Amino acid sequence: MTDVDTAAPGRSAQAAGSSGGARPGRSGRLGRRGRRPGPPRSAGSVAVRWVLRLLAVGYVLSLVALPVLTVARRTFGHGLQPVLDALANPDLQSAARLGVVVAGLSVLINTVFGVGIAVLLVRYRFPGRRLLDAVIDLPVSVSPVVVGIALILVYGRNSPIGGWLEAHGIQVIFATPALVLATVIVALPLVVREVVPVLEEAGIEQDQAAESLGASAWQRFVRITLPTIRWALAYGVVLSLARSLGEFGAVRVVSGSVAGQSQTPTLFVNDAYQEFGPVAEQSAFTAAFALMLVAVLFIVVIAWLRPKEKN
Amino acid sequence: MAVVPVGRPGPVGRAGRARNRRPRAAGSGRLTATSGLGLGVGVLWLSLIVGLPIAAVVVTSLGDGPGTFVSAVTSAEALDTLRLTVGAALGATVVNAVVGTLIAWVLVRDQFPGKRLLEVVIDIPFALPTIVAGLVLISLYGPQSPFGIDLVGTRRGVFLALLFVTLPFVVRSVQPVLMEMDRDVEEAAASLGATGFTTFRRIVLPTITPAVLSGSALAFARALGEYGSVILISANLLGRTEVSSSFILKKIEEGDQVAAASVATLLLVVAIVVLLLLDTLRRLAARRD
Repeated sequence: MTDVDTAAPGRSAQAAGSSGGARPGRSGRLGRRGRRPGPPRSAGSVAVRWVLRLLAVGYVLSLVALPVLTVARRTFGHGLQPVLDALANPDLQSAARLGVVVAGLSVLINTVFGVGIAVLLVRYRFPGRRLLDAVIDLPVSVSPVVVGIALILVYGRNSPIGGWLEAHGIQVIFATPALVLATVIVALPLVVREVVPVLEEAGIEQDQAAESLGASAWQRFVRITLPTIRWALAYGVVLSLARSLGEFGAVRVVSGSVAGQSQTPTLFVNDAYQEFGPVAEQSAFTAAFALMLVAVLFIVVIAWLRPKEKN
Repeated sequence: MAVVPVGRPGPVGRAGRARNRRPRAAGSGRLTATSGLGLGVGVLWLSLIVGLPIAAVVVTSLGDGPGTFVSAVTSAEALDTLRLTVGAALGATVVNAVVGTLIAWVLVRDQFPGKRLLEVVIDIPFALPTIVAGLVLISLYGPQSPFGIDLVGTRRGVFLALLFVTLPFVVRSVQPVLMEMDRDVEEAAASLGATGFTTFRRIVLPTITPAVLSGSALAFARALGEYGSVILISANLLGRTEVSSSFILKKIEEGDQVAAASVATLLLVVAIVVLLLLDTLRRLAARRD
């Protein structure tokens, strides 16, 4: 059973490896575990182990890995040239630009707001604090389509607020502001939820010490709080970025999805696929493949940040 | 900190983490002028982007009294979509609760070549844009399927899409708990002659149940509101494969705000119930520590 024991901390081993053995405490603990004797294992449990292993791998393969590989095959099925042609499509390029702008803005907003709210939630007590805490989580557990229509009901042309804004020359729905708003909402808790636990663990002793030595609030934030939360913040930012770039449902509702104007990359995939015809299909698969590559890149970055954040 | 550096910490894992928290000097702070201003700005912002829109949904659904809400959510079409959505979401949640626990077990307790790759693949449904997930599924289980399995326009297709997007939830909430578990008790049980299954049922299962439940609750909420991954493979057939999210979208595009807002309110209520359930589970886990 010793091999099983070394198996248990799969991620820990990976984590220790990636941080260059900088944490002797943890690897020491694992080392002891690895030598711990276990009861002998029967042939029956070996069979069970194999069945479980095959079930797990088979399920994940047929549900996730195979379909993903099929998209790659469909994208490059006719060689590289059609892919390059599809990438040269001006609609795809403007969708990509819009996607980057919308995701960038909403990540910026959620980062500033998320750090601020996290500090308030951890360090202060005020009436309505738990309600605030709960409201932040709501957008991720509700349907993105509900987020979208909620925005339309408030900021649409037919509502008092939307009408007033439009009378003053600000169009929200079917324009970039609504895309940013929808994206901000669906990624709302990601930064807050990563930063809060780190702030809670850090306590405020250092902060108080700095204050007694005359550091201003801004100095304390930049020199103490920010370095404390930097990895959690980085983790939250990457999660938000992935979510923001990939948002479809909420954006679909509030965008008119006009090619070249309000079409984000995910909307482009949808519209191109609905169009039918080999060229449109090639565009859809090319854009989808690009989004998939970005998603896998995010997973890798997240896997790299995770141990740092937890340390 | 003896916290396991595992993936996305589920709410229960997070509660476990709180155990090692230092006695908190923070949190007793009274609001100062600056922080009070910050709070004001934050609350105003949240009201504008969350509070007000949600209130608008609820108010619109009750526009002409509770009667309109009830008739909107009990129209034949609304009922059809709700039945399909809740049924498929429940089914996908149950399947992934079982299989997700199994996968978490294999990831924590087993060692085989390619395990790290499996870890990455499991996160794909989280990171993949939903519309890309839809395209991914339709290219394997659609009209050009290499296996000749065409699920477009079928309820099985909807179910498959929900299975895909909810795969990581239970895995990622159970995994940290399994890693943190002390193996001594299991080994004691085994040395006293308990079979592998008995040990699992009597020792492991009670420990991981809160994590399984909270992962399942998140998965259910996600499945209930899912839109992007479903629409391509469902083909959105009226009364057959139309899910609640696309029903809401269709109604808002037809200008029937009350019908859209009513079903949206229903989904909102379920989301809030799920959050309350998670909060309760978190408290229970924290108390057990």
